[in-house]
Amino acid sequence: MAGATSMHLGSDHASRFESKAATRETPLVKWTILALALGFFAIFLLMPLIAVFVEALRKGWETYVSALVDPDALSAIKLTLLAAAISVPLNLVFGVAAAWAIAKFEFRGKQILITLIDLPFSVSPVIAGLVFVLIFGAQGWFGPWLSEHDIKIVFAVPGIVLATVFVTFPFIARELIPLMQAQGREEEEAAVVLGARGWQVFWHVTLPNIKWGLMYGVILTNARAMGEFGAVSVVSGHIRGQTNTLPLHVEILYNEYMFSAAFAVASLLALLALVTLVIKNWVEHQAARSYRETQESAS
Amino acid sequence: MSTVKSFRVLPGFNLTLGYTLGYLSLLILIPLSAVFLKTAELGWDEFVAVVTAPQVVATYKLSFGASLLAAAINAVFGLMLAWALVRYSFPGKKIVDALVDLPFALPTAVAGIALTALYAKNGWLGQYLEPLGIKVAFTPLGVLVALVFIGLPFVVRTVQPILEDLDTELEEAAASLGAQRWQTFRHVILPILLPALLTGFALAFARAVGEYGSVIFIAGNLPYVSEITPLMIITKLEQYDYRGATAIASVMLLFSFALLLIINGLQAWTAKRTGRDR
Repeated sequence: MAGATSMHLGSDHASRFESKAATRETPLVKWTILALALGFFAIFLLMPLIAVFVEALRKGWETYVSALVDPDALSAIKLTLLAAAISVPLNLVFGVAAAWAIAKFEFRGKQILITLIDLPFSVSPVIAGLVFVLIFGAQGWFGPWLSEHDIKIVFAVPGIVLATVFVTFPFIARELIPLMQAQGREEEEAAVVLGARGWQVFWHVTLPNIKWGLMYGVILTNARAMGEFGAVSVVSGHIRGQTNTLPLHVEILYNEYMFSAAFAVASLLALLALVTLVIKNWVEHQAARSYRETQESAS
Repeated sequence: MSTVKSFRVLPGFNLTLGYTLGYLSLLILIPLSAVFLKTAELGWDEFVAVVTAPQVVATYKLSFGASLLAAAINAVFGLMLAWALVRYSFPGKKIVDALVDLPFALPTAVAGIALTALYAKNGWLGQYLEPLGIKVAFTPLGVLVALVFIGLPFVVRTVQPILEDLDTELEEAAASLGAQRWQTFRHVILPILLPALLTGFALAFARAVGEYGSVIFIAGNLPYVSEITPLMIITKLEQYDYRGATAIASVMLLFSFALLLIINGLQAWTAKRTGRDR
């Protein structure tokens, strides 16, 4: 499912189209399209975002702060950070390994492997949670063995981490695969011929070439890891102060009609989303610049 | 394979491919196969009875119907938004462009409660819609609104790069041959965009069918009325009906796999028609 989250390196060319009669619409058509597109944007994207912050501050600053320093909220923050801190590095190592194998070598079944890596994106988050209940739950494959040894995976932190790893699985790999394929393997091969060892090649040749794509993937993985709801909801068991992540804490507060507190916690996640978008744009900007520089030095 | 191997200069093939396959099997393939193995315990008759129960069929109709409609709305407005972002200059364009990805970055639960607040009886939008007899929150219409929200970036981000790459010469040639602007769009631009537009549509649809977090807050979750299929799985799980949950999950999984193949085909078609790699 590439495309939807891939790095977007385009720059603003509007003047290219607006300057010529052949590629320009009549003002009436132009303003109608603009009004419809931006109206749609405002209603469906902008208003929900603003609503989060307005609702969060509706009962005043004190209610807002007290919702965030509540012990249950703090433990939810900790668990959310923990889940992200485990799943991002795991999927980072996987993403680099997968991209290396796929981009630098030829082997049979490569296309199938790429499709399989994309698989978690097309699976409903609810099913992503369900699979771990089926394996590690009380009635699951390993359920009896786990309870004998007093190990809890489902309705405990390990289950939350597993579900998070599942839903964030493809982001880094699918960002790096096309990037490394496009760069080919001449530079690495030259380094090997000159006597560089495997790790040296990766650190000094490959990594500088893929760093922006890598960062882009990490940011997306992190955002999804911290914000995942459906998959984590299935395996969490919703034990307050223990197995609640931030999105689940939002749900609990909301269902208890503590709307201002729910939106206060939600505003933290919305801020995280905004920071993600800012960093993402900055990375795209840097990547576009370094891409242009290589193009110029090549020509 | 041995003939290929002798030409390998770079190290690490066995290590990285082995790690990739191991990690993929352990975390994704084996867990997903659990769904089908567990379903197989049911036997055919019981499986059919579970997945065709009237309440479950009602959730398919809502999930697939609302997802299709949402993807169609996104295809239309997403194309307009992509068009505006590529072809027109307007103040705040950079911010609009960046915020298009908001549904990717904003946790679904946050989107869900925000949309519910907007469309509730006393919400910013609800207070104007309710007197008109349009109820959004806690109805199937609410499901549609949530699915439109989460699907929008898929269409914009698949169409936008194709629009950016479009040669102005094509349109100039069409205009110099006497084509009206609409004719140029209909017969020159749209055929080039079509595969990407369909890909965006299919991606938005695939995402919408499985969506859970943003929908459950605004849907009201009334059986037979505003219950989506993923919620049905959760409901069965909460009743400790693991077999029922798994049977419905396997139906959804099969559908997702089919959709994944279609999307792969569409992307290949996009690449062929536009000469882009991805």
